[in-house]
Amino acid sequence: MKLTDEEKALLDGSSGSAARKAMQILIALGDIYGARDLVPVRSVQVSGVSFHNLGEAGLAWLEDLSRDGQVRALTTLNPAGMDLENWEDQGIPADFAEKQLRLVAAYTRLGIARTCTCTPYLVGNLPGPGEHVAWAESSAVAYANSVLGARSNREGGPSALAAALAGRTPRYGLHLDENRVAELEVVIEAPLTSTPDWGCLGWVIGKRGQGRVALLSTRARPTVAELKSLGAAVVTFGGSPLFYLEGLTPAAPGARPRESLQVTVRDLEEARAFLSDGAPEVDMVALGCPHASLSELVDLAERLRDKTLKKELWICTARPVADAARQLGLVDVIERSGARVVSDTCFAVTPLEARRGKTVATDSAKGCYYGSGHNRLRVHLGTVDQCVQAAVTGKWNP
Amino acid sequence: MRVTGRIIYDTEASGPALVSSAPLSFFGGVDLERGVVSEKGHPLEGQCLRGQVLVFPRGTGSTVGSFALLRLVRSNLGPIALVMESCDTTVAVGAIIAEVACVDQIDLKAFKTGDRVTVRGAEVFVEPGSR
Repeated sequence: MKLTDEEKALLDGSSGSAARKAMQILIALGDIYGARDLVPVRSVQVSGVSFHNLGEAGLAWLEDLSRDGQVRALTTLNPAGMDLENWEDQGIPADFAEKQLRLVAAYTRLGIARTCTCTPYLVGNLPGPGEHVAWAESSAVAYANSVLGARSNREGGPSALAAALAGRTPRYGLHLDENRVAELEVVIEAPLTSTPDWGCLGWVIGKRGQGRVALLSTRARPTVAELKSLGAAVVTFGGSPLFYLEGLTPAAPGARPRESLQVTVRDLEEARAFLSDGAPEVDMVALGCPHASLSELVDLAERLRDKTLKKELWICTARPVADAARQLGLVDVIERSGARVVSDTCFAVTPLEARRGKTVATDSAKGCYYGSGHNRLRVHLGTVDQCVQAAVTGKWNP
Repeated sequence: MRVTGRIIYDTEASGPALVSSAPLSFFGGVDLERGVVSEKGHPLEGQCLRGQVLVFPRGTGSTVGSFALLRLVRSNLGPIALVMESCDTTVAVGAIIAEVACVDQIDLKAFKTGDRVTVRGAEVFVEPGSR
């Protein structure tokens, strides 16, 4: 790979050992994937923030880097394993909290903004169309490539961090036009009217698309919440973090795909049946996967106004979004019902061992995957309305 | 039999093959406390990765997979080598930091679970196992 003088200086250790290690990772990846050079990036999203997932091995690796590393691009952080301010209310043990705070402190020392959200594009880390970025967090990579038209590979946490420390990423994969051509047309005959509908569509594309870049055609006009759900599910269930919505998102380069796939109401029902295995009694409800936007919080405040919940309801969102909602009085309205606005974390990354075997209702297909596999919960997938009803009555209304 | 692929991480390892027809997410799809595949409906659901040469088409899902692989390997619950069709960035960087043998651009049809597999650089040697 061709390196500039500045890049050679980062590699030879004169800019510190973290920069050298970062360059070693980027060069290894560039060589593997045949990149001709490194492309500068101004935006990075790093995943791998929950101590619950990284463990001691990950913490040691990060603390080592944070001794002399400094990011060279705007870098934001994925959710942590707990609400960083209200972890005691969340029932997090002190020894876990201590490790989690050390982990976040290591990232902060590197110059990374402590956003702790899977939706960096909702809190100011917003790349423009065609911009090269290095993002981890699969749902955010899908959103950046597909909705924003930026260019990112599905970075792993450590390669995103390496890109941040070097301010560059190897030019291969989705950075190149030739790999952004649509390979599979997906004709959606089913109506899509809710976040779980779009999540189920993502499941179908993930399972059947074999990782190919999909060009979707539908008459539906998705909201941001629905686009988040779609992208999160496509990548969770095996698909490419790049897809196109014909007439809506930035267009695909090159010719139309030759192969095509039809998605019917029956396909969406199959997805829903596969994802849902909850008991009739609901123990808990989880919304905000990916993290809720301000407009979703406006909507939830209206739904929850003057209600009294029988069951716990978590609404996960980024702290800056929660702060804006608080200023608007929305958090008060939501929390008066007994629901809780949770920041910095989410269901997929917080320790939930005590809840194993319980039934959780959610509107997120991705949430179902992490709930059932990783956290060994039973899950119901339904609309926001069904989820709120379940929190009010404690029962699932299919 | 010998097949040749592309080196992702260059080291030698030898062990029994554990073959999956489906992509795998190391985070979310694997129980990190036990090293067991936990994804519902996955062809390897319930199987332990420890000491195995994991043969699978590609990584998918969570980008925390790199750290999950590091953690599995450091706690001796992880695979000892990865043989893949098309290695994605998340798995590649996980293999690099965990220093686990990894090769891709391999036709997986040559492998069956239980085969004895040796990965040496870009070369992968397969001997039929006693099944």
